[in-house]
Amino acid sequence: MSSPARPSREKAQVLDEAALDRALTRIAHEILERNGGAADLAFVGLRTRGITLAHRLAAKIARIDGAALPVGTLDITLYRDDLAMRGTPVIRGTDIPFSIKGKTVVLVDDVLFTGRTIRAALDAIIDLGRPTAIQLACLIDRGHRELPIRPDYVGKNLPTSRRESVAVRLREHDGEDRVVIEEPEEA
Amino acid sequence: MGWTRKDLLAMRDLDAGEILLLVDTAASLQEIATREIKKVPALRGKTVVNLFYEASTRTRTSFEIAGKWLSADVVNFSAGGSSVSKGESFIDTAKNIAAMSPDVVVVRHAASGAAALLARELPCSIVNAGDGTHEHPTQALLDLLTIRERKGHFEGLHVAIVGDIAHSRVARSNIHGMKKLGMTVTVAGPPTLIPPFVQELGVKVAYRLEDAIRDVDVIMMLRLQHERMAAGLIPSLREYARYWGLSLDRLARHARPDVLIMHPGPVNRGVELAPEVADGPYSVILDQVAKGVAVRMAVLLLLAGGKGGDGA
Repeated sequence: MSSPARPSREKAQVLDEAALDRALTRIAHEILERNGGAADLAFVGLRTRGITLAHRLAAKIARIDGAALPVGTLDITLYRDDLAMRGTPVIRGTDIPFSIKGKTVVLVDDVLFTGRTIRAALDAIIDLGRPTAIQLACLIDRGHRELPIRPDYVGKNLPTSRRESVAVRLREHDGEDRVVIEEPEEA
Repeated sequence: MGWTRKDLLAMRDLDAGEILLLVDTAASLQEIATREIKKVPALRGKTVVNLFYEASTRTRTSFEIAGKWLSADVVNFSAGGSSVSKGESFIDTAKNIAAMSPDVVVVRHAASGAAALLARELPCSIVNAGDGTHEHPTQALLDLLTIRERKGHFEGLHVAIVGDIAHSRVARSNIHGMKKLGMTVTVAGPPTLIPPFVQELGVKVAYRLEDAIRDVDVIMMLRLQHERMAAGLIPSLREYARYWGLSLDRLARHARPDVLIMHPGPVNRGVELAPEVADGPYSVILDQVAKGVAVRMAVLLLLAGGKGGDGA
C-alpha cells in the first residue's frame, strides 16, 4: 500500500520517532475514553504494519489501564476487489485466536487511502463472527477516499497528491520509526 | 516470486520456488477450514469444472470443496451418464465444456498426457488431477505440506515410497517434487513393479521392505491395484501382504520411532497397510486428506485468482 514499485525519493518527513509515539499514545487514550475503558475491546491489525501498530497500541493500553487486550492479525487478500489486477496473490494468513463475538474490534492500519482495504477488512471480519462494533484506527489519513469510510482514530491527517506515496517505517520492519512522503523519481 | 503458468500439469515442470509458493499459499489457507463460515470471496464469479473420467472420492470432493470455499461456481462432470456413453470423444467433450467459458478445468483421465492435451487445446486453465500413470501433482503437494507441518522442513529428509512404483502417478509426482526440495527418496517394491528407468529420477532402490524403511523420516505406502495381480505382476495378494505389507511389528523393529506413515488412499487394509498401522499414532493419512482441500484452494487461487476479470 505504501511503497510504489517505481523508484521514488523522499520528499518530506511527516512524523519522527517521538511524534509517532505521541500519536499512538493519544490514540490509546482516545480508544479508552470513547469506549469507557478496556472491557470487551480487541485489536485486529492489517498486514503488515497494522499488526505492529496494533501490538504497540495494546502495549500502551496495558500500561495505562492494566488490561491485556487480545491482538489478532488479518490478511485481506482473499477479500480484495482488485485481486484480479494484482498478479500473484500472496496469502500470509489470518490469525485471530479469540472470538470476536460481542467484542468491540479496533481495526488498525498504517495508512488510510482509498478505503478499499478497509472495505475488504470489514467483510473479512464479519465473516468471522458478529462483533458488537468495529472501529478504525490509522496512523496516517492521506485522503482520496473512494468509499464512504472514515476513521475513528487518526494519528495524523496528511493531505497528499495521488502521485505521492506515504511510507510508514517501523523499527520492527525497517529499523527506524518515522513517516515520510515519497514521490516518484522524475524520468 | 510470482505464478505465471496457465496450467498445473506436472511436478516435473515446476521449480522449487513454484512448489514452495503453492505449499506456502496452501498453509495459509488452511485456517479457512477452522472458521464458522467457511467461505471467502476470492474466486467469486469464476467457474471451475471437474472433468473426471476415472473414479475418485478424495480428489474430486476436495476440488469441489476447495472451489466452493473460495466462492467459485463448481460444476461436476463424470463420464458415466454423459455423452461419453453416446460415443463423444474426450477432446470433443472438453471443447464443448470449454465453449461454456469455465476459468479452470480439473481433469482426471486414464490416459497419460490427457491433461497436457487439454492444456494445448483449450484457452482455460487446466489442472491435472491424475493422468494415467504419469502425474498427480496436487497429491504430491498435499503430501509435501503434510510432511513440512510434521517435520518442519524439507531439506535433508529421507522418504521411502513403497509399492507399485511402476504404475503410480502419485510416486512419480512425489519423486519430482521431493528431489527438487533437496530430499532423498528410496523406492521399494517387487522387481516387477519397479520401472526400469527409475534410477534416472535420482532415487535409490530397495528390494526388501526392511531395507527401505530403516532410518527414513517418512514412509509412503502406495495402494496395490488389484488389477496388477491379474496382469501377472505379483503372485498373490497374500504373498504381497507378507513381503510388502507394513505391520506394526515390522515398523517397531525396523523404522525410527518418529517416522510418519502416509498413504494417498484408498487403503487396502491388510494388504499394503495393517489396520493398526493405518489407524495408529504414526499415521497421518486423514491429515493428508484435510490438507488436500487447502492445496486445491491454493492451486485454484493461483491459477484463477491473479488474472482475468475487470477487477470490479
